[in-house]
Amino acid sequence: MIDTKIEIRNLYKVFGNSPEAAMKHVHAGISKQDLLDHHGHVLGLRDINVKIKSKRIQVIMGLSGSGKSTLIRHINRLIEPTEGEVIVDGDNVLAMSIEELRDFRRHKASMVFQRFGLLPHRTVSQNVAYGLSIQGISEGEATERSQRWIDRVGLAGFEQHFPAQLSGGMQQRVGLARALATDAEILLMDEAFSALDPLIRTDMQNILLDLQEELHKTIVFITHDLDEALRIGDEISILRDGEVIQQGDPQSIIMKPADDYISDFIKDINRGRVLEVRSIMEKANRATGPKMGIKTPLEDALQQLVNAGKDSGAIVADDGKTIGKISMVNAIAAMARPDRDDEGPRYK
Amino acid sequence: MEFFSEFPELGRGDLRDFKKAVDFGFRSFSRAYGEGIENFFDPLLQFMIWFERLLINSPWPIILAVIAGLAWLGSRSWKLVAGSVACFILIGYFGMWENTMATLAIISVATFICIGLGIPLGIWMAKSNRVQSIITPILDVMQTIPSFVYLIPVVMLLGIGKVPGLIAVCIYAAPPIVRLTNLGIRLVDEEVLEAADAFGANYKQRLWGVQIPLALPNIFAGVNQTIMMALAMVVIASMIGVRGLGVPVLQAVSNQYLALGLMNGLAIVAIAIIFDRVSQKYGQRLQAYRKGSGHD
Ligand SMILES: Nc1ncnc2c1ncn2[C@@H]1O[C@H](COP(=O)(O)OP(=O)(O)O)[C@@H](O)[C@H]1O
Ligand SMILES: [Mg+2]
Repeated sequence: MIDTKIEIRNLYKVFGNSPEAAMKHVHAGISKQDLLDHHGHVLGLRDINVKIKSKRIQVIMGLSGSGKSTLIRHINRLIEPTEGEVIVDGDNVLAMSIEELRDFRRHKASMVFQRFGLLPHRTVSQNVAYGLSIQGISEGEATERSQRWIDRVGLAGFEQHFPAQLSGGMQQRVGLARALATDAEILLMDEAFSALDPLIRTDMQNILLDLQEELHKTIVFITHDLDEALRIGDEISILRDGEVIQQGDPQSIIMKPADDYISDFIKDINRGRVLEVRSIMEKANRATGPKMGIKTPLEDALQQLVNAGKDSGAIVADDGKTIGKISMVNAIAAMARPDRDDEGPRYK
Repeated sequence: MEFFSEFPELGRGDLRDFKKAVDFGFRSFSRAYGEGIENFFDPLLQFMIWFERLLINSPWPIILAVIAGLAWLGSRSWKLVAGSVACFILIGYFGMWENTMATLAIISVATFICIGLGIPLGIWMAKSNRVQSIITPILDVMQTIPSFVYLIPVVMLLGIGKVPGLIAVCIYAAPPIVRLTNLGIRLVDEEVLEAADAFGANYKQRLWGVQIPLALPNIFAGVNQTIMMALAMVVIASMIGVRGLGVPVLQAVSNQYLALGLMNGLAIVAIAIIFDRVSQKYGQRLQAYRKGSGHD
């Protein structure tokens, strides 16, 4: 069982002049639109419950305006909630004093921003060292300690440049290195790669995944891009109008989208490449046909079946034991259309 | 009908009594506290006298060297250094050296006072919308009220001399630095500030590490304007006993000496242009990082 690092419980956020007063309408179940039209308040988040696992990448996905930025800013309390709790390692972030909160931000959770948020008057090297110098470490030592991260994100040689002299992709490397340099266990990334060109975005995703293999941070990664979410996320939560409408691992979301909104979201993805055989296999101790690992994409599985001239194959665990089987018919069916959940909605 | 053709004004007698009461009130205030206030400003007066003497009594080549040095530090441009030195040589050659030094003395002191009071005030304004809404109209009044009007109470209180002159100059010249400090801080990019917060910066680290450095180009534009406005007050200040280039200008006006007026007026213009160009160049260098051409 993997520990929960961050737990968000019954979190509500209402923007406006008297959010507390507006809360009684929210509890009564008023819609976001009605709250705005009749009471002049914006419903940012409604009853959010998310458990974020330690050392995993939790993606929060949703369209623009769905409340992603608002949600992630509650984790380090850049935004105060109207109601609810945010528990990190057993401590309630919302109950912290100003000093405790400052310490939390300095040591425990660092952040990467959509438009980079770099300090334009500081060099690359000084920017990466920023978090450390805020902790009170001397500029000299801070720069020395941050050099490792400059090298790690591939910015060696650019230490003395100013952010304005760098391309967007390189600026975000600075942003990433700055966040890593404080050795915080939690990394909050608010659409960190959304402002970048597709090719550079893929580059940055690779850098992040490589780093994660080595560092095992708890990463909260926000995106509005499904491909990015599927590529990066160990877990995905989907937000709409300030509410979580589905959460789970990428496979389960693609196999069982909770509603039409999500079906719509996932309709254009390449299912053959994203879905893995483990999602559709039938459990079995023995099976015939070509052997494949549990994480084999359907595309590759089909290719193997075709090459072998079989219409079913064996799924084997890492230790080589057969744990299930896959048939060509099921594989093709899974690639063909989303399998709407007939047992009724599992998610509110 | 009379009601519409004649404005319903206060009776003559009442009006006279009203003015008398105000004048009397202020006079007794001045009698009671004038000396105390004068004593309060005495260290400032002593400093101004010392500083003016220093400028006037220093050998002129040293002053020229200092001016050249400052121009170089500010602008890093040989052209501007050469231009500044040439201007001061001409000024000296035409017999205006001493007055120019006196003017430089009061302008420098006034500028430092404006910076010393104006920047903290601007920071305070940027921090609170309420403070901003209170101070902004005061600054408007300071900038638009005719200088002669506030010369009256200043002179009643402190008499004629350097300190009242300095106060008059400061009242007129301080608003831009306050305004531009406030504006500069308020214009700092929200996301950069959010980043500072997210990394746990406290109020001081936020102010000195992010807001002030990023507001610096604006703050500097404020300093520049403050200097220009202080120079514009030189002639008026000379009416209440401040020495410097304003004195001969006043003489020239009352005696119709065209050449004298022109020469001293041009000297003021020359100083203004030098200050302006050098400080603008300095301001540009402060922003070099924004264009991405600052380093290497
Ligand atoms: N400071 C604010 N005041 C009022 N409404 C806000 C504020 N911040 C965000 N909102 C509203 O909250 C909702 C969620 O915004 P946001 O979290 O920025 O969405 P996302 O990051 O998913 O695009 C939007 O409807 C937005 O207009
Ligand atoms: Mg956002």
